Amino acid sequence: MAIIDLANPTRFIALVNRVLPWLIAVTVLLFAIGLARTMQAPDDYQQGATVKIMYLHVPAAWLGMMAWGIMSVAALGTLVWRHPLADVAGKAAAPIGAAFTFICLVTGSLWGRPTWGTYWVWDARLTSMLVLLLLYLGVMALYWTADDPNRGSRAAAILSLVGAVNLPIIKFSVDWWNTLHQGSSVFRMGGSTISPSILIPLLIMAIAFTLLFVTLHLAAMRNEILRRRVRTMRLMQAQELAEAHS
Amino acid sequence: MSAFVSLLKRDMRLAIRVGGGALMGAFFFLIVVVMMPFAVGPDLGLLSRLGPAILWIGALLASLLALDRLFATDHEDGSLDLLMMGDMPLELVVAAKAVAHWLTTGLPLVLITPLLALMLNVEPKALGPLMLTLVVGTPALTFIGLVGAALSVALRRGGLLLAVLVLPLTVPVLIFGVAAANTAIIGPTPFGPPFTILCGLSLMSLVIGPVAAAAALRHGLE
Repeated sequence: MAIIDLANPTRFIALVNRVLPWLIAVTVLLFAIGLARTMQAPDDYQQGATVKIMYLHVPAAWLGMMAWGIMSVAALGTLVWRHPLADVAGKAAAPIGAAFTFICLVTGSLWGRPTWGTYWVWDARLTSMLVLLLLYLGVMALYWTADDPNRGSRAAAILSLVGAVNLPIIKFSVDWWNTLHQGSSVFRMGGSTISPSILIPLLIMAIAFTLLFVTLHLAAMRNEILRRRVRTMRLMQAQELAEAHS
Repeated sequence: MSAFVSLLKRDMRLAIRVGGGALMGAFFFLIVVVMMPFAVGPDLGLLSRLGPAILWIGALLASLLALDRLFATDHEDGSLDLLMMGDMPLELVVAAKAVAHWLTTGLPLVLITPLLALMLNVEPKALGPLMLTLVVGTPALTFIGLVGAALSVALRRGGLLLAVLVLPLTVPVLIFGVAAANTAIIGPTPFGPPFTILCGLSLMSLVIGPVAAAAALRHGLE
């Protein structure tokens, strides 16, 4: 099945309906394995059990950023190829990405309290994550205020691409201002510095989170297509009523 | 190029004459800065330390507030449609409007900064660097705001939506603007690095702003 076949919303919904139960099952299974491995993972010698927050915090941060990447690709799809599902994908990704970013901020703040002694520090990485959340809210505000969904999705696509410039700033802000937040330690030159006993559960959780994102995203896209159909049917109904009365 | 210059002149003339409200931004800037000491107290030591930050926030809000009308008036009277149908690339049209906007609202902000800096007890030796950061940084604010202005006129919504869209994108400009200005007052760190990054951000927004704004207008108003 080529990507062009998926341009047909009916076919896309049929595919989603077929795939979704399996995706949900695999996601639940991976979360069960990941959480079990997380419980068995060793505590940190300084931070104790609070280090386990990391297994939620880090994947949420990755997904928060990845969702913007997906929105940017969808934005290209909307503006360049005019793919009919691209703006649906972009619109569905925004609230999910915002939710993951929010989870990252909340878990980070709960983790910061015992470790740094404060809920919030104006550190570069935290701040850029917060800015990312604000950008998500901006995109969502654009969708809300637009009275015509088509126009709104194109405006949001442009904003997504402009905001994509912000993603590298987030990624490299760690190197710019080296403050309280520790540097990147999973992906870096010379291999990971994390012990496998922590890295493996973390990676399982990352895959589980990614699958959760895919599941939610596909379901949200299906809902958005159905919502647009309802809107079209309502408009047609209103038009018929207006014609009947006139 | 002559079309660019004549559009620039037209926009500046419109802004300066009655109803244009070019100086309104400067007045707003003045009022925001004057309100600050009422909030933080008249302690001159504290004010001199906060001075660059207050001035930058004031400049940010003032340039944001004025952006609302950048395309809206032209859209209402139909001249925006004419400009879009003209020979000149829309990116250049948008850039000309932004430059005119900066000359009539951004530049006055920079020019009244010495007076306000004096009132906030900013050290005289810091005045030069502070103004330099504002000269370099305010165009970035205008060109980033350009995207928001284009998006909000395409959706026929203004005001708060514009602020919600634009403010998060101006964070880096604010950070490096204030950082560069502060090095002259507090920091032992050199003025160069944050200032050159600020210049880089300005140049980047100079490119991204018109392209994105033109795309927003094309997609929004067709």
